[in-house]
Amino acid sequence: MADKHIDEISGVETTGHEWDGIRELNNPMPRWWVWTFYATILWALGYTILYPAWPLVSDATRGALGYSSRADLAADVEGAKIATGDIVEKIANASVDEILADQQLSQFATAGGAAAFRVNCTPCHGTGAAGGKGYPNLNDDEWLWGGDVNAIYQSVAHGIRDSVDPDTRVSEMPAFADMLKPEEIRQVSSYVVSLTGTPHDPSLVEAGRQLFADNCISCHGEKAEGNRDMGAPNLGDAIWLKVRDEAEIAKQIQSPRHGVMPAWATRLGDATVKQLAVYVHSLGGGE
Amino acid sequence: MNLYTSPALGSNDQTVERIDAQPVHPPGASRQPLYEKRKKIFPKKAEGRFRRFKWIVMLITLGIYYLTPWIRWDRGPFAPDQAVLIDLANRRFYFFFIEIWPQEFFFVAGLLVMAGFGLFLLTSAVGRAWCGYACPQTVWVDLFLAVEGFIEGDRNARMKLDAAPWSFDKLWKRVAKHTTWIAIAVATGGAWIFYFADAPSLAFDVVTGQAAGIAYWTVAILTATTYVLGGLMREQVCIYMCPWPRIQGAMLDESSLVVTYNDWRGEPRSRHAKKAAAAGQAVGDCVDCNACVAVCPMGIDIRDGQQLACITCALCIDACDGVMDKIGKPRGLIAYATLEEYESNMALATSGGTTVIEPSRIRNVDGTFIDKVRPFNWRVIFRPRTLLYFGVWSAVGVGLVFALLSRDRLEVNVLHDRNPQFVLESDGSIRNGYTIRLLNMIPEPRTIMVSMEGLPEATMKITGITDVPGRLFAVNVEPDKTLALRVFVTLPKEAISAQTSDFRFIAEDRSSHEQDSYAAVFNTPGAKK
Repeated sequence: MADKHIDEISGVETTGHEWDGIRELNNPMPRWWVWTFYATILWALGYTILYPAWPLVSDATRGALGYSSRADLAADVEGAKIATGDIVEKIANASVDEILADQQLSQFATAGGAAAFRVNCTPCHGTGAAGGKGYPNLNDDEWLWGGDVNAIYQSVAHGIRDSVDPDTRVSEMPAFADMLKPEEIRQVSSYVVSLTGTPHDPSLVEAGRQLFADNCISCHGEKAEGNRDMGAPNLGDAIWLKVRDEAEIAKQIQSPRHGVMPAWATRLGDATVKQLAVYVHSLGGGE
Repeated sequence: MNLYTSPALGSNDQTVERIDAQPVHPPGASRQPLYEKRKKIFPKKAEGRFRRFKWIVMLITLGIYYLTPWIRWDRGPFAPDQAVLIDLANRRFYFFFIEIWPQEFFFVAGLLVMAGFGLFLLTSAVGRAWCGYACPQTVWVDLFLAVEGFIEGDRNARMKLDAAPWSFDKLWKRVAKHTTWIAIAVATGGAWIFYFADAPSLAFDVVTGQAAGIAYWTVAILTATTYVLGGLMREQVCIYMCPWPRIQGAMLDESSLVVTYNDWRGEPRSRHAKKAAAAGQAVGDCVDCNACVAVCPMGIDIRDGQQLACITCALCIDACDGVMDKIGKPRGLIAYATLEEYESNMALATSGGTTVIEPSRIRNVDGTFIDKVRPFNWRVIFRPRTLLYFGVWSAVGVGLVFALLSRDRLEVNVLHDRNPQFVLESDGSIRNGYTIRLLNMIPEPRTIMVSMEGLPEATMKITGITDVPGRLFAVNVEPDKTLALRVFVTLPKEAISAQTSDFRFIAEDRSSHEQDSYAAVFNTPGAKK
């Protein structure tokens, strides 16, 4: 630096800063400070030898101590399992009714069930459990197979129309294309729509009512109120699982589609399924 | 051809002109070492009013620090009875009758703002008073120096001891000194942890080895920092580590009080004033006794002027006043003075800077000062700058007190479910879900009435409280706790509108008439947000 300024009185170099004619002396660092600085460099060298540090092409140096944050995580997960072991065991040994009655257990089960739900159930039922066309909304108060916590537990554990589980819930609505004429199917759909709304051709409703009584009430009930033992939906309420309009109702009568839910007890274990049941029950529609 | 032969060889009558130039980098200046060896300082014990004031400040600040955690304050059976407690585990801060929750941390931020402006105010009015009297570094160094003086003797004895070869006498004095320092450091680190847990039970746990590892670590680290910073590094901390001396340069102005050597009355200094006076030489008040240098804990000579290393502890004032008393001169050769009055007096003594300092210009024939000499005027403390600082400082303070007096001890927060935004029920009604948090911020159990205002047709259900729909429910909240409720609000089919509807959740404590409400929104299928 050409403009180096030396303080006349002390003979010490200044920083070049000046306030109202006052200059700051640039005194050297004390020795202990310099040594501390060197010590940190040594520390850093030792650290990079002892701990994973230097990036290589496909890996990094492992470090002499063999430390890994992944192993730390595994230990943490193991620790969390041990820490919650007691309460999970209690849940495994209790019935879902007992879990619901116990505040501590139900709180734990609701939180644990929510986590399990996010991982396993959201692909079909959605992250908010609001379902979609063909996938039931678990928040509302209509339940195909029952909405008390035991019925929910049964549905989650053994599934709906699962191909393997012998205790799975099964029902099948026959395809009426073989039994009813197209005109008759139109009449029945008009009647079903008339239960909650206005059909396109009200003149068909009366004939449809008779056809419904002859063919449908064994499962859907005399007032179309459904039957939970058979998974037959209530046709007289505001909630429609698969269809929204008359043409689609006719299609469903002709050749019905059936949803399938896998049995979860064998995949997740009983304790997790119980937690799922408690969580679903807590969403607002539980009975 | 011979290149080394000048063609003009022989015609040597021309003289070479000397260029007037200096090397830009002379060898001396650039050969400074990169570190400076520390020079030992042996401050002499000072006596006087500022020393007494410093003892009092030390007593008060250390007393506050060591004793505060042991003060008890009854808050009833549901809260700790320690007057000042930072309960990190439960996220509560207790200060006598004040309890602060994490969301009220702005009170602490406000106190920090006040501390900042307080420091500005103090610095612009009385210079580095913080550094000189109240800074923990200063207080603990003062305490450690007192211990050193008690064990090893005063300045001369300590210098002698330091230079002496190792002997039994030197060894036991050094061991005793460092042991006492470490004991003080342990007590310092030990006091710190009591602010974070119940002091008596923690003290018992620490002594019996049952306290948490973090407690021992904290004590160990603070013991080390206290011993190293206060005992070993002392003035090095202020000169090299602390940013505050640098910042303060920008805060002082010509009206700030700083410790000043009044060379307008001190110079020319003389070791043999009477002899010099008899010889007809001009003599100032300074007898060059170096008392001010000997007492300085920073190892500087205040007669060199204000400097970064000066923490304005004012011990040199005490030392100089003692000497002035002894030789029968007025006190204040070294004194708190503003730059303004100093310069005015300096101009008097040097006739506006045209001459060297002449003692006769500021003195009457009998030796007293002439009337034109400006004494310190306390009114300079009240100037726009300090008044502004004080205004901001007190405005923040008043704001905090107001916030404290008007703050809620019952709060309700509402989180609207976003997924799903609404649920269609089988009877055609619409349901919205909410998570309500009731904050009972007093250490007593309370019954809170939760109700709705607006949406007259709607009803609500609270999970775990009731399955029967209604609009008003009583909820018990534990003392000093937050309670989260799942609330479902249902609007019948006939009342559903195409717009979102606004309403409020009300939380009310009917015994204390405290009430808080939270604006909420009800979503319907026609009005997705």
